Amino acid sequence: MIVALPFGVAAAVLLGFILASMVRLGIGPTAADRAVALDTINTLVVATMILLGAAFGQVVLMDVALVYALLSFVSTLYIARYLEGGLK
Amino acid sequence: MNALIYAFLAIGAVFNGLGAVALLRFPDVYTRVHGATKCTTFGSIFSLLGVAVYGFAQGGGIGGTMAVRAFLALVFLLLTNPTGSHALARAAHRAGIKPFRAVVDRLEERR
Repeated sequence: MIVALPFGVAAAVLLGFILASMVRLGIGPTAADRAVALDTINTLVVATMILLGAAFGQVVLMDVALVYALLSFVSTLYIARYLEGGLK
Repeated sequence: MNALIYAFLAIGAVFNGLGAVALLRFPDVYTRVHGATKCTTFGSIFSLLGVAVYGFAQGGGIGGTMAVRAFLALVFLLLTNPTGSHALARAAHRAGIKPFRAVVDRLEERR
C-alpha cells in the first residue's frame, strides 16, 4: 500500500520555494526580473497542484493544473511581447 | 515502487529548490532565466513523474486518470517552459538590459 503523505510533504516544500521566489517577484530591479520570477512561480504552482491532487486523491486539481499551465504559457509570451516594446 | 516514488519526489524537490535559490542569488536577468528555468523544468519533470508512477501503481480508474493527467502536464511543461523563457530572455535583450559586468555586447552589434 502506497501512502499519499509524501506527496503532501513535497507539495509543502514546493510551497516554500514559491514563497522564496515571491521575494524576487517583489524586489526585482527590472520588470524582466519580475517576469522571470512569475514564470518560475507558474511552473512551481503547476507541480504543486499536481502533487496536491495526488495527495488528496482529487483529479479535479490536475485538470486545473493543466489549464493553468497552458494559460500561464500564453501570459508569459504576452508579457515578453510587452517588454520588447509592444505589438508592432 | 515506493522507493522509486520517494526518489523522484526527492529529486524534484531538490532541483526546484535549486531553481528558487538561483532566482534569488544570481546577479542578472539572463543568469536568472538560465538557472530558474532549467532547474524548475527538471525538478517539475521528476515531481510529475513521481505522481505518474504513483497513479500507475495505484491502478484502477482514478489512478489511471491521475497518471495520464500527470504525464500530460509533464509534456506541456516540457514544451512550454523553454519557449517562454526564450521569449523572456529575447525580450530582456531587446529592452536594452545589459548583462552583469558586460563590457561588450556582440549580439547588439550584429543587429
